[in-house]
Amino acid sequence: MQDSGISVLFKGINFQRLLLGLWVTLRIALITIGISLALGLLFGLLMTRKNRFVRGFCRAWLEIVRFMPQLVLLYLAYFGFSRLFGWNLEGELSAVLVFSFWGIAEMGDLFRGALTSIPTHQRESAAALGLTKRQINRYVLLPQTVRRLLPQVINLATRMIKTTALVKMINVTEVLKVGQQIIGQHYREPSVAFWIYATVLLLYFMICWPISLLAAWMEKRSE
Amino acid sequence: MDWSFVLAHVQDFLAGAWVTLRFGLYGIGCSLVLGLVCCLVRFFRVPLLKSLVHVYIEVARNTPLLIQLFFLYAGLPRAGIRLSAEACAVIGLTFLGGAYMAEAFRSGLESVDRFQREAGECLGLTWGQNVRYVLLPQAMATASPALFANIIFLLKETSVFSVLALMDLMNVADTLRTSGGRTIEVLFLLVVAYVALLLPVSLAATFTERRLKYAGFGDQRSV
Repeated sequence: MQDSGISVLFKGINFQRLLLGLWVTLRIALITIGISLALGLLFGLLMTRKNRFVRGFCRAWLEIVRFMPQLVLLYLAYFGFSRLFGWNLEGELSAVLVFSFWGIAEMGDLFRGALTSIPTHQRESAAALGLTKRQINRYVLLPQTVRRLLPQVINLATRMIKTTALVKMINVTEVLKVGQQIIGQHYREPSVAFWIYATVLLLYFMICWPISLLAAWMEKRSE
Repeated sequence: MDWSFVLAHVQDFLAGAWVTLRFGLYGIGCSLVLGLVCCLVRFFRVPLLKSLVHVYIEVARNTPLLIQLFFLYAGLPRAGIRLSAEACAVIGLTFLGGAYMAEAFRSGLESVDRFQREAGECLGLTWGQNVRYVLLPQAMATASPALFANIIFLLKETSVFSVLALMDLMNVADTLRTSGGRTIEVLFLLVVAYVALLLPVSLAATFTERRLKYAGFGDQRSV
């Protein structure tokens, strides 16, 4: 019985269809990670500002993102915006907006942590050696920040890839949806469902695991 | 905003919040126990079990909960293992949470100096006493910010329980939204419910973290 289930995976273009579905979420994740990295750096710099208003704004943003489930935010963007403002956002676009909203704040907080964790004597000794402000940033602060930051950023990236699975809930046709379509076409062979879901689980694992290993390796090396 | 609609459905959301909270707490409780066991297995390098725990942690951390739930709820029955929606919710959350909790406990245990354990052994403490009175109290203090972060993370993750046909907050909102067309009111209630659920936990986390910093544990930078 189980043989018939697993063979469905490789029948026709079923496997390619699953991979294409996976690409939909991966694409969203990649775009989001790119946006979050770029704007997150800005967010992190803003958080280190002395201005109370700016800091309060960033803290409020970060708090919202920290304790609102991403799924609720997705619902707000996908179902709420069309009612409130008349914007009919497509599923993929709302996903990119929401995950960027989340990612910018989380990345920003990581940047802030890394920026403030460098002891002031590093900057002061560099200045005492006669380095210009630009040189201090380039040769003293940046290398140390990046070394601390990279493993954390990579970890956040895997979390973002995992979270993009939620787009299924706002009607984006991604890997799970494709899987259900395949299951629907083979409803006479019940074991298909088992193999399809197991495959989807494995696909996610095969993407996230190497990235996690990379982060763990970098963390060990930077100690 | 139609306030009479909001007032009329507060009851439904209270019921939904109770489902979310109840299964969230079951899952969090179980994952704390599982996490502690896994962490001790790794810390004391129990042969065989150690590698098993390692594989489990990698799989759980690198796959999305949504897919895990689909596998448990729709995939496994095809292989002859039939679980109720409630069981799937708790098992799924525990599977995910156990791995994250284990990592949090591990960082705590590793922060305790090695000579603490050796001193305990020299004083003639049994293995159990050593863990109970020497290692865990110190490890818990260092690990608690991470543990709280995980609790908030897991409570947020419960939002995907709606795919199990459990009447949690998300599912209540979905049912009302599709039947009534009052999207804005429903989303408003949803956001209020999650804020009410998660804000106290978030405040408790900040409070504990601050107390621990004064007591000399954890990150000392921003006391």
